[in-house]
Amino acid sequence: MRRQLLLKDINVPGIQSYDVYRRQGGYTAVEKALRGMSPEQVTEEVKLSGLRGRGGAGFPTGLKWTFIDRKSGKPVYLVCNADESEPGTFKDRYLLEHIPHLLIEGMILASYAIGANTAYIYMRGEFRWIFPILERAIAEAKAAGFLGSNILGSGFSLEIHVHPGGGAYICGEETALLESLEGKRGNPRLKPPYFPAVMGLYHCPTLVNNVETLATVPSIITMGGAEYARIGVGKSTGTKLISASGHINKPGVYEIELGLPVEEFIYSDEYCGGIWKGRQLKAVVAGGSSVPILPADLILKTAKGEPRLMTYESLAEGGFQTGTMLGSGGFIVMDETTCIVRNLWNFTRFYHHESCGQCSPCREGTGWMEKVLHRIEHGEGRPHDIDLLDDVAKKIEGKTICPLGDAAAWPVSSAIRHFREDFEYHIRYPEKVRNPKHFEIEPLVPRRHLATA
Amino acid sequence: MGTQSQHNTTFSPETLELVKRIIARYPEGKQKSALLPVLHLAQAEFGGWLSTETMDYVASLLDIKPIEVYEVATFYTMFNLKPVGKCVLEVCRTGPCALRGSDDIIEHLQKKLNIRDGETSADGMFTLMTVECLASCGTAPVMQVGDHYIENLSCESLDEILDRLRAQHEQKAS
Repeated sequence: MRRQLLLKDINVPGIQSYDVYRRQGGYTAVEKALRGMSPEQVTEEVKLSGLRGRGGAGFPTGLKWTFIDRKSGKPVYLVCNADESEPGTFKDRYLLEHIPHLLIEGMILASYAIGANTAYIYMRGEFRWIFPILERAIAEAKAAGFLGSNILGSGFSLEIHVHPGGGAYICGEETALLESLEGKRGNPRLKPPYFPAVMGLYHCPTLVNNVETLATVPSIITMGGAEYARIGVGKSTGTKLISASGHINKPGVYEIELGLPVEEFIYSDEYCGGIWKGRQLKAVVAGGSSVPILPADLILKTAKGEPRLMTYESLAEGGFQTGTMLGSGGFIVMDETTCIVRNLWNFTRFYHHESCGQCSPCREGTGWMEKVLHRIEHGEGRPHDIDLLDDVAKKIEGKTICPLGDAAAWPVSSAIRHFREDFEYHIRYPEKVRNPKHFEIEPLVPRRHLATA
Repeated sequence: MGTQSQHNTTFSPETLELVKRIIARYPEGKQKSALLPVLHLAQAEFGGWLSTETMDYVASLLDIKPIEVYEVATFYTMFNLKPVGKCVLEVCRTGPCALRGSDDIIEHLQKKLNIRDGETSADGMFTLMTVECLASCGTAPVMQVGDHYIENLSCESLDEILDRLRAQHEQKAS
């Protein structure tokens, strides 16, 4: 039976409100921690749990908490990253909108652990209707004595404020987010010296955690870190929200136990329910638009022929040659009629649009890649364009302040690696691809990529 | 920038109160942190866009230099730097929406309203904008209209949606 920790109460009527959340056992983790645990013990449980950052990087959460400089004499801040903008990812929105108290409870626990008395939720500005939901939840928690000064008589105090973004993907990068929270353009900072744990918000020690990461903390404190670590496989412990989109029968947010076979996730009626319109699977982008795309055969099985699992390690098996990443869990499925070139042009346009412009390899490179992909997709490609694209991508990767450059390069390199035939077809048959729906008329699926499932 | 000079205007007393409360969320001397929230309020209160006068007014409220406001307002895509129609249609064009037909949605709107991306319909009612991923990929295609998302769009449903939006705005006006 599958375990649900984050979404188990999501369909309880009224769970948005404090009263119902509390009746379902909400805020007992805060009571447990503030009445009987030291901040160090809270951090220790999170370390034991093996929880890894759910925003995309997968860095061990407990370890990140220990980096906070507690001896600087400056205030410590907790910032919740709710700037969910990675194409294909919409899980945090689901939590924010439907069960806001779960996030608030997690933020109280994290703030207690790191010694923060002020916390901000930096939420993307487009989620306009969610601001009142969060603000009401914060007011309710405060009225019930879980926020404000001297919470539960513990001597610990906390205020949480909600802060809107302005529509910039780059602000999901933690140092850009902090710049933005200071009222500036979202230009990422150099690390070193600006490691948030030491020189974060207002140059004070700051912890930045994703919504889902923080929302997981109450379960860990309630059940104990060791018990949480029993869920999952190896270093991929616990449950993970997967945002499933694209050409599937049942798009939506699913909570899975890490270790679920990818094939079951795509084809089972409990999850995606298979490929829509009775079509075949062509490709999957498994962890948000930034991670390498994989063809059907390689997403279902590793190059060694083992079933691919939904874990950090299994999805990465084979490195970038034949593997990908779990990333943010934005699972984008493409059927046999999908044009990989068109999709890549779309993604590259996104990265060009979202590049902050600080580093020239990213600012110029994303623009060139978009331009070259545009001409290939519109039947004006030149024979050397494929190698040119690959070359530009390599010259961006690893050469920028923040990971947006890598995020823009990986989709390009991987699409060429696995779908070179798609690109060559465009250059060889320019008249056929001038119709934007070219592969709907005549799908191009190299035989070796057909799913054998 | 805009030619309409509108600033005889200041925020309403209620909004000014709210601005004060927003500034109080940040440590003393860090009132610049309130810039994004206050720009959102300004755009909402002053006709859906930010004129130079509006930005200068926000700078004076937060006691920062006007250039600090301009550089931020031009960086973030949610801020409109020229006038818009009464109802702004922000249609997502990114990958997951494109896989489920957003190109057709955008084309349909362009034809129906006889405008291109970024333009306003002749009657001043609708402005069409394409935007990047709205985090609504599971209910794609999607567009944002004001405070809300309209999800699972289809070309067939669009005509009815436009009629409804037009009726809402006419009702509000009368």
